[in-house]
Amino acid sequence: MNAELLGVIVMFVATLLLSVPLGRYIAKVYAGDKVWTDAILNPVERLFFKLSRINPAREMNWKQHLIALLTINLVWFLWAMFCLLNQSWLPWNPDHNPSQTPDLAFNTAVSFLVNCNLQDYSGETGASYFTQVFGFMFLQFTSAATGMAAAAIVFNALRDRTTEKLGNFYNYFLKSITRILVPICIIVATLHAFHGTPMTFKGIDTVTSLQGDTMHVSRGPVAAFVAIKHLGTNGGGFYGANSAHPLENPDYFTNTVQMIIQILIPFAMVFAFGYYLRKKRLAWVFWAVMTIGFLCLVIPAINAEIHGNPKIAQMGISQPSGNMEGKEVRFGSYASAFWSIATTVISTGSVNAMHDSFMPISGMNMLLGMMVNSFYGGVGVGFLNFFIYVILAVFMGGLMVGRTPEFMGKKIEAREMKIAMIVALLHPFLILAFTAVASHFTALNTNMGWWFADAAGKHNASGWLNNPSYHGFSEMLYQYTSCSANNGSGFEGLADNNPFWNITAGIVLLFSRFLPIIGPIAIAGLMAGKKFIPESSGTLKTDTGTFGILVFAVKVIIAALAFFPALALGPIAEFFSMK
Amino acid sequence: MKKELLSSILLTIVCMVAFSGVYTIIVWGIAQMAPNKGEGFVVSANGKTYYANIAQKFTDDKYFWSRPSAVDYNAAGSGGSNKAPSNPDYLADVQKRIDTFIAHNPGVKKSDIPSDLVTASGSGLDPDISIQGAKVQVKRIAAVRHIPEDKLDNLVTEHIEKPLLGILGPEKVNVLKLNLALDQLK
Repeated sequence: MNAELLGVIVMFVATLLLSVPLGRYIAKVYAGDKVWTDAILNPVERLFFKLSRINPAREMNWKQHLIALLTINLVWFLWAMFCLLNQSWLPWNPDHNPSQTPDLAFNTAVSFLVNCNLQDYSGETGASYFTQVFGFMFLQFTSAATGMAAAAIVFNALRDRTTEKLGNFYNYFLKSITRILVPICIIVATLHAFHGTPMTFKGIDTVTSLQGDTMHVSRGPVAAFVAIKHLGTNGGGFYGANSAHPLENPDYFTNTVQMIIQILIPFAMVFAFGYYLRKKRLAWVFWAVMTIGFLCLVIPAINAEIHGNPKIAQMGISQPSGNMEGKEVRFGSYASAFWSIATTVISTGSVNAMHDSFMPISGMNMLLGMMVNSFYGGVGVGFLNFFIYVILAVFMGGLMVGRTPEFMGKKIEAREMKIAMIVALLHPFLILAFTAVASHFTALNTNMGWWFADAAGKHNASGWLNNPSYHGFSEMLYQYTSCSANNGSGFEGLADNNPFWNITAGIVLLFSRFLPIIGPIAIAGLMAGKKFIPESSGTLKTDTGTFGILVFAVKVIIAALAFFPALALGPIAEFFSMK
Repeated sequence: MKKELLSSILLTIVCMVAFSGVYTIIVWGIAQMAPNKGEGFVVSANGKTYYANIAQKFTDDKYFWSRPSAVDYNAAGSGGSNKAPSNPDYLADVQKRIDTFIAHNPGVKKSDIPSDLVTASGSGLDPDISIQGAKVQVKRIAAVRHIPEDKLDNLVTEHIEKPLLGILGPEKVNVLKLNLALDQLK
């Protein structure tokens, strides 16, 4: 078999094999059962809670959970802003990088806070080591743990009992890091250090090339960073080129490791759900729905990339490795196309090839992955997004066959449905409304004043595009889609480091992170307070293939109806223009 | 709320010490045992040290060339061209690279040029080229250096880096290592 194809199959299968036992372990951690890490970590966590004056046994209701979650997020936001605005004089800045401008700092702080890691700066010149480690890496741990804790609250709320008490937020949060993220990160960072990823506090090195040119090579504590960047589905690169950079991702082995660990927890959370609530069959139905969606996107993307660019074929050269613009030889077209879809269906947004230079069909599928945002989805939050679709499907399915809509033995009523609809519709609204505004300015070539200036100092809105025509529209659509999905990848040609893009993207990021966390927790909290109705012949069965198809259909209908017109103007039009 | 705020601040400080501080130091400590103490892989030749994984700019006809770079091989910055496959300016750039390549490599058939030699890499620092990308340059280098072509062909073949475990991923050639070996060839 083709070695490049076999490579991506191994990535997928290995992830599945690792994620099932990890899911069982995660379920035990959240349920408070005995696990093998207790001996070392129980005393550590006790100390942390004591120092923070937290009683981890205090049970919270869903509102108290949200207050705790939002409060600690506010503290992190302020800390990140402080780091970014002051990094020039803060310690640990060997390359003397300047502080960020306020609009860039706002965008960067928000995007790391919300697990997006949209990067309008370049790591080599835009962030000090202090910011990278104490700002970004800290948020990569905590924002991932916030999403996981939110999922744990929902798991707890769906148990077959009637209660207000849904565990302790800080307990879920801290254990997500100490029990799950840190141990795996240490292993992954070690593998990277031994495969050539730098882990040093020294700054830029100057060497002379074989031909005699002077070269400056950025280094840094990269190995530690790259581990949590992927495990937490954050995706923010240490370097500007992210995981395409030969120090951040030196070879096919590290590429495989990075691929596996970024899908690992999104997979494992589904299985954790199954173990936690003793609904293993339902978990497999969910996983199958997600996987079918993923395959529908990834196969056409791989196919488009390996066959190369027809416009380049017309020039008479050969394309044995496919469309190589923006790709690295050591990964090839298969692994790059696989990565591009994996990183967009989950919310990582790291890249090992430049998405702007992918073929139109691949670009469309990346957009679709983020538009649906729950074919796996990000750590914790992917499951929450999926949960919203499940609620919608239960309600529609119930109405279609004339049964009371119930999920996990709890009735779904108007209040829950309203919340679910708001969350489901917010996503297309943010993407389409903001893209429309940006396109309006572009089409009129509006003078944006202080909001925008291109490299030449001109203020015309069309100057932010790196590519003309349909693809230019796709660049803007991609930016807001990536923000609203908290993804963080980009069609990076877009000139996004200016007040217009920094501020509007930051606003989209905030809404699209916190409402989809608040919504599912509220729904689950309300459901937890309801009477438990044991399963009867009148119940709509959810752990069946039929229900899986229904969930899939709900996703397709919402995504297709909402986004098809926009996709037709961007990647689809580009595709037909290249024929 | 007030109580949550205090707990939040304290927990943030504790977490920062543990997960930004202690975690980083642990990984750094482990990296001290890695090759070159976690400062990236290097190769040494003639008393000089080079980063093995960072592409170098080769413009001289006597060396194998690296892939085009959108950032001019600046390893203190990195990035791709971000040009769309349909962009007319970009396609003109590719055409120009093909023409330049043919001008420097007389006698090479156009259909033998693989696309990786005329397209910019994702990082701008791609250290590798495809095997075909190396072989298609043999003729030029043989003429400039007065070395028989089959000897150079063998050199390229010796420098093919096999897929992971022999079965996963693409084959490739590291341009720097190939050029260092080329300089040793007599």
